[in-house]
Amino acid sequence: MIGQSSVSRIIAHVTLIIGILIVAFPIYYTFVASTHSLQTILRPPLPLLPGREFFANYYQALFGGIGQLGGVTVWTLLLNSTIVALGIALGKIFISILSAYAIVFFRFPLRMVFFWLIFITLMLPVEVRILPTYKVMVDLNLIDTYAGLIVPLIASATATLLFRQFFLTIPGELVEAARVDGAGPWRFFKDILLPLSATNIAALFVILFIYGWTQYLWPLLVTNRNDMNTIVIGLRKMISFADADTPWHLVMVTCILSIVPPVLVVVFMQRWFVRGLVETEK
Amino acid sequence: MATVELKGVRKVYGGSVEAVKGVDISIADKAMCVLVGPSGCGKSTLLRMIAGLESITHGTIDIDGRVVNEVGPAERDIAMVFQNYALYPHMKVYDNMAYGLRNRGMKKDEIDARVKRAAETLELSALLDRRPRELSGGQRQRVAMGRAIVRNPKVFLFDEPLSNLDAKLRGQMRVEIKNLQRSLEVTSVYVTHDQLEAMTLADQLVVMNGGLVEQVGKPLDIYEKPASTFVASFIGAPPMNLLGGNGGKTGAPLTVADLSDLGVSVPPGTTTLGIRPEDIEQGDYAGEGLKTQLTVEAVEPVGAESFLHGKAGTHRLVVRVPGRSIAEPGAVLPIFAPRAKLHFFDANGKRVEG
Repeated sequence: MIGQSSVSRIIAHVTLIIGILIVAFPIYYTFVASTHSLQTILRPPLPLLPGREFFANYYQALFGGIGQLGGVTVWTLLLNSTIVALGIALGKIFISILSAYAIVFFRFPLRMVFFWLIFITLMLPVEVRILPTYKVMVDLNLIDTYAGLIVPLIASATATLLFRQFFLTIPGELVEAARVDGAGPWRFFKDILLPLSATNIAALFVILFIYGWTQYLWPLLVTNRNDMNTIVIGLRKMISFADADTPWHLVMVTCILSIVPPVLVVVFMQRWFVRGLVETEK
Repeated sequence: MATVELKGVRKVYGGSVEAVKGVDISIADKAMCVLVGPSGCGKSTLLRMIAGLESITHGTIDIDGRVVNEVGPAERDIAMVFQNYALYPHMKVYDNMAYGLRNRGMKKDEIDARVKRAAETLELSALLDRRPRELSGGQRQRVAMGRAIVRNPKVFLFDEPLSNLDAKLRGQMRVEIKNLQRSLEVTSVYVTHDQLEAMTLADQLVVMNGGLVEQVGKPLDIYEKPASTFVASFIGAPPMNLLGGNGGKTGAPLTVADLSDLGVSVPPGTTTLGIRPEDIEQGDYAGEGLKTQLTVEAVEPVGAESFLHGKAGTHRLVVRVPGRSIAEPGAVLPIFAPRAKLHFFDANGKRVEG
């Protein structure tokens, strides 16, 4: 297969290199653009090497404020996005692990009814229920708040089902051993279920953080004030229809900055993420 | 330390399926009680009811003079060893053993002392920092035992603890469990479907079938005087020869013709005749008993002994012969069994004394 002859190895490498170029070059080009002045960008062709405006551009974007956003800094946008993405990821994990715990390990009336209710919400993504949800948010005065940005995106059937499937693989004997060992429901959850779910939680966290970070439609609807925008919305607002009005150098800076946090999350969680996807420790 | 009393214990699932149909057992202090029976006989359900993992539909279970029907598993002062060990995979061996003690709010030094002592008893001291998946099957089994003994409970419950081990290790662990139980002097209930385990471990053997107790007693008493055809065929390997009418095929009772074939007289009401394979001897016999001719069909040499499979008239028989057998398939041998070694059963499969 791989590396059997030098020809096939060369072909494989060339293919891979082309693939990497296709993926990486636009990002590199964005980075290059973010280090040039607006004038250089507007006067094509754009150089292929980084310019001298790196510190000036990044400083202005992060701390100087951006005119198109009413003087809000990219720093604020990053902070907003981080809060929202973290809130969605952690909130979803919290809610879904608890509901999966209840559904798998407890026998209560209407248990299957609740399970199916949760299951059915899979068919109702945010976009389908967006108008009623918006109305609820308006009535609750949650427009332009973090709660308004986070809460409607937390209710998650997917994560609940994922945890349910994982919990079902936990042998009944383990649950019984814990009962004999005097662990009540809460102790069992904390001492046994959570540690066993650690890799699953990590994998889910990565997926959900990126899901939250890249949300577009809902943040667009539920925020009016510039200082409550997420970075994705901010980026969109910075681009005006008239080319000359757009601070392209700052847009490029914002693009690069908006990529950094998800990349960091993936890089730091990668080991756990992969383990969560491939291995179940039992 | 503790006695265990089961009085009229029944378990009904979903209002109709009766897994345990009224069981009375009284287990003496420090005794090892083994529940044995085929799968589905209710033995595991019964054990789980003693543990408090299953509710009790009818009757009472009483541990050390206290009715525990409404007491949770943690408060019954029992420790259980599970079939698949049920070790906490994310905890080290030390924590696996200490977990139950911590949950009871025991002091750290006390926990440490107990875990260390149990580890020494079970030769686990070098493994305390390992995780279960880094251990072999036998070591995991030991940790599961350690988790039970650190608690110093009133009753040990074993749910087929050796069924996941290979044959050699099983024999070894069987002896260890027996010694451990002896030296700790803890009342134990042990569930197994392996009659060899049951015979060797039990002080008190309970043979179960279809949710009912067939017979309770000392293992050898049961072996020598099985109360029913079920017990007779379940305890002992190879099982007791059970001879009925019509070659035993239709469950028909023994007829006069059968009896004259076998040259034996039976007490009134007998429909089935039982003989252990090792109680059949070769040769002519002048005394009273079973006397007939065996046509050998197959010979199974297993080393220390050989088993002859054959037919006496229409009846299939297995005969145990010590050492090598000189008989070849096709040979016709005179065989006999003294009357004192015969077992008689009536139409309901119950033992008839005679």
